[in-house]
Amino acid sequence: MARDFEPFESAMSAILKTEKLRVEFSSREFRQATKVALTGLDLEVNAGEIFGFLGPNGAGKTTTMNVLLGFVPPTSGAAYLFGIDVRQPIARQRIGYLPELTYYYKFLTAEELLRFYAKIFSLAPGETDKRIDQLLKLVELEHARKRPIKSYSKGMQQRVGLAQALINNPDLLILDEPTSGLDPLGRMKVREIIQRLKNEGKTVFFSSHELGEVETVCDRVAIIHQGELKAVGRVNEITGKHASLEKAFLEIIGYPTPSTP
Amino acid sequence: MNNIFAVASIVIKELYRRKDFYVLFILTALICLVMATVNIFNDKHIIRYLKEICLLLIWVASLVIAISTTARQIPAERENRTLLPLLAKPLSRTQLILGKFFGCWIACGLALICFYGFFGALSGSREHLWPLMNYMQAAFLHWIMLGVVVAGVLLGSLVFAAPSSNSTISFVVVAGILLVGRHLDKVALTMQEPSRSIVYSVYYAIPHLELFDLRDLIIHNWPLVPWKIFSLAILYALAYATALLIATCVMFRRKAVN
Repeated sequence: MARDFEPFESAMSAILKTEKLRVEFSSREFRQATKVALTGLDLEVNAGEIFGFLGPNGAGKTTTMNVLLGFVPPTSGAAYLFGIDVRQPIARQRIGYLPELTYYYKFLTAEELLRFYAKIFSLAPGETDKRIDQLLKLVELEHARKRPIKSYSKGMQQRVGLAQALINNPDLLILDEPTSGLDPLGRMKVREIIQRLKNEGKTVFFSSHELGEVETVCDRVAIIHQGELKAVGRVNEITGKHASLEKAFLEIIGYPTPSTP
Repeated sequence: MNNIFAVASIVIKELYRRKDFYVLFILTALICLVMATVNIFNDKHIIRYLKEICLLLIWVASLVIAISTTARQIPAERENRTLLPLLAKPLSRTQLILGKFFGCWIACGLALICFYGFFGALSGSREHLWPLMNYMQAAFLHWIMLGVVVAGVLLGSLVFAAPSSNSTISFVVVAGILLVGRHLDKVALTMQEPSRSIVYSVYYAIPHLELFDLRDLIIHNWPLVPWKIFSLAILYALAYATALLIATCVMFRRKAVN
């Protein structure tokens, strides 16, 4: 059973919701058991909050995101974005998504890439230009806007990914380990951008292994382990009597923590 | 339609920013120009061999461009994980497949314009004949044929995850259809049952790409293909391309993307 803490703010409406979400992957190998990735996940993310989705590798974080984005169909249960079933493409009209470690089209420049994604959202040409200028400024890539993406560093590629996730000025951002593989400076920049988005009233749902970072930017967190929701609540509530979120996390997932002297 | 053309425009951009097309075009041009300097039987007017070589190279190059460009589309999107941000947008999987199809097909068409333009200039400069309608008919049917190839390779890219295996198998299948396809019915006659029925089924099931090959008509300066037959050939190709695209869309819709 998940440990339930106080709801973030009861007046807030859930814009991301899963109901008894279960995902099973049947093995292609002969006589191999079916792998259960998620077991009855109930999750709600309210408008305007930064929600951290935590769990060890293989816990089911990316699978949850894949269901929310319509990449993987749930075996049972349902998932909704803004009250619309995630299987309908229209549910993705108001969201932005940054996948983990993506290598964008090498032959395009950042400006062309953003223009392409803007076309998919049917943004008007004038609005597209304005939005591209704003985003390249936000992710500090103005100087490299005409350079092909193949010449970008990993951090720059991650920032262009963040810019593409924001092209439609989304109300909900889904970020899969946005700081993975970045150096401390890159991490700090991504963290600053998330913070700025929070100030603009955006909802951010993100997974991360950087618990210090989660502690700094998140309003609420959920901890998932072996496909099961173990805890959900405000950061200080989850941390509770523990010295840090990391210690609380380890205890919740059942990992023996070394006692502090 | 907006989404389909947005995806298609990226495919076209990719073709002209990669070296594949330029390498094939320069290679074809170089071979043809070298061959053009050779005087067969000391007669400057014999250019049939030149037209034959040039058209053969154009056919090979166009198939290489069509197959290699199409084969890498979906697997590269999966490998680089660009499929994820793309499908996270309000873009349906059918729109993505159609965008990829039209992108590859239009890219092949643009490449064909360059190739046939070069062929027309080369043969016209030697032969002093400009049968533009014949060239246009040949180029158009060639392009229509490439539509069937592109649709087939797109389907193959969902079955074979690696672009290299998909390219190789597609080359073998297309070359097999072009070289052996038309003779399968005669081969079937020499066989016993049930092999005969199987070979006959294959003969009727495969798209006969050789029907779109008007090289002989251009080489020998024969008259135009009757427009009725030309239209029927287009309908035949459209039927195959549509069937292959529907199969691709159905398969892609059921596929988990992760």
